[in-house]
Amino acid sequence: MNTKIATILLLASATGLAACSKKAPETLPPAPVETATPAQPTGSAQPAGAGVGTQAHFAGAVGSSTTIYFDTDRYNVDSQDAAALQAQAQYFARFPQITFTIEGHADERGTREYNLALGERRANAAKAYLVSLGVDSNRISVVSYGKERPVALASNESAWAQNRRAASVIIN
Amino acid sequence: MTKKTMLFLAAALIAMPVAAQDLGAPIGTDQPVESVAVEGEGSDGPLRGTVTDETAWSDIGIAIPAFATDRERATPANEAGTGALGREVARVITANLQNNGLFKPVGPDSLPQPDFTQITAPAFTTWSGRSAEMLVHGYVRARDDGRLVVGCYLYDVALQNELVREGWVVAPGDWRRAAHKCSDLIFSRLTGESPFFDSRIAYIAETGPKDRRVKRLAVMDSDGANHRFLTLGSATALTPRYSPDYSKILYLSYVDGNPRIYVYDIGTGQQALVTENRNPTIAPRWSPDGKSILYAMAVAGNTDIYRVPATGGASVRLTDSPGIDVGGSYSPDGSKIVFESDRSGSQQCYVMDADGKNQKRISFFGGRCATPEWSPRGDQIAFTRIAGDFNVAVMNTSGGGMRVLTRGWQDEAPTWAPNGRIIQFFRTERNTGRSGIWQVDLTGQNERRLPTPVDASDPAWGPIRP
Repeated sequence: MNTKIATILLLASATGLAACSKKAPETLPPAPVETATPAQPTGSAQPAGAGVGTQAHFAGAVGSSTTIYFDTDRYNVDSQDAAALQAQAQYFARFPQITFTIEGHADERGTREYNLALGERRANAAKAYLVSLGVDSNRISVVSYGKERPVALASNESAWAQNRRAASVIIN
Repeated sequence: MTKKTMLFLAAALIAMPVAAQDLGAPIGTDQPVESVAVEGEGSDGPLRGTVTDETAWSDIGIAIPAFATDRERATPANEAGTGALGREVARVITANLQNNGLFKPVGPDSLPQPDFTQITAPAFTTWSGRSAEMLVHGYVRARDDGRLVVGCYLYDVALQNELVREGWVVAPGDWRRAAHKCSDLIFSRLTGESPFFDSRIAYIAETGPKDRRVKRLAVMDSDGANHRFLTLGSATALTPRYSPDYSKILYLSYVDGNPRIYVYDIGTGQQALVTENRNPTIAPRWSPDGKSILYAMAVAGNTDIYRVPATGGASVRLTDSPGIDVGGSYSPDGSKIVFESDRSGSQQCYVMDADGKNQKRISFFGGRCATPEWSPRGDQIAFTRIAGDFNVAVMNTSGGGMRVLTRGWQDEAPTWAPNGRIIQFFRTERNTGRSGIWQVDLTGQNERRLPTPVDASDPAWGPIRP
């Protein structure tokens, strides 16, 4: 399958997905600051204020879909994650010059070394899904932070749900 | 910036082939501690006293008056002189025996001070009047070459007998080691157990808020003294392990942006990757002889355990399950490895031969089994038991006789004292994420927090120092 066809297919599937309402995580992480209307991949509107190749531009285009979330000790890509990754793949198809990193994370309720391995597994699951959608694997770096970099700081289920994540980031 | 500074910086950059560095100044390797014959009459041969069972240990009263000196001399260890240093030595010994809950020591600050001649001829009536069962005497002598001789004597007050004596020559900066050696002598003589006080601990010092935690590699003596930071904190450091000869530390650093295991040379302050590979490496462990290193490496998201010679060379893959296999720990004879794997669906402990053959699950008691560490005595495995909360537990090497030793909300990553009688671990507080190193003995008693200058995690207890 050549890139052009892949892109067209992606656009088509993303258009279909845009209509679906995404099931939100139990507690949403804090919204990115410059969020435009999320997941409008086919729209002609460019995210305002940030240049191509920045995290702000990426987040402006895909909204909360920069990050996917996992169940305890799991690393499978569920339907909600798939929708987010499709939005990401569509974005990266539009901007083929962009390289990015997927950061895998775990919640604090795991042992340190296991969590490093688990974050690695989660980030790789996200990467494999993006590659299956046509994103060149050479554009994707992967790093695990285990439980060392939480975004939600409480010690409760909703905080842990926000920390079990794989976040795609564009590092300038 | 002056031209000179720029030239200096340029030279510094050329001298550093690794792009990023997070290392502090090297602390140098251990000085040897030499045993020496000490003052006194020739011994009548070793006395075989009663080895008390462990329930009775804590009832033994031990008087530890200040160590005497033959001649008051100022030393780099204590400007006030060898007499003041003798008092410090006795305080360190008292704190060692006290903190570990093993005996009832009474220290120099509430005891009369013996003079130098009494060290080998104690005034037994003085001590029996204080209902001390055991008496520790000792002396500090400054040699002309600048080194210190520390003598240590243990007496049975009721029998009016010397039980054991030993002496050491140490550099002034190592005077605490003589106190630890004396503590070990007393401990071993009275319990029949192997020593453990003269040892060091590598760990991770933590500062800052929960979402921007700074994690630095640090080391300290077994009692928390002689604390040193080895890394500067610009890169996250995790999971250190002292080499059996204390010359190196294995640890994980994000210094190049990815989690990788480095071998840090304590003498030179230099470090090298444990294996030249683009994949992330985690969970380093030494073999008991220091010749091999175990680590886990993730390839395309799947983590397996590998072995590599400590001097470098080709790695051998020991596990190949599609699950996460991580954290191998050798049996003391080097023939077996206990590790954790989630191949069954959740973290459980497994034992395999050192070459990776005969992998067999040993944990079947409900909950999860993580971070297994083989006891230096060989008969027990400590691990993190996850069953609701996280607690430190022990089991025998076939998974039987499981006992939970701690009751914190999150206690993890046990490490053994060199004699296999005490376990350290780190405890994390709910919500704040603050962490500290704690220890507990094999019976689940005498739990206490170790004093560290800042928060602390990932303790790794080294062996008895050479």
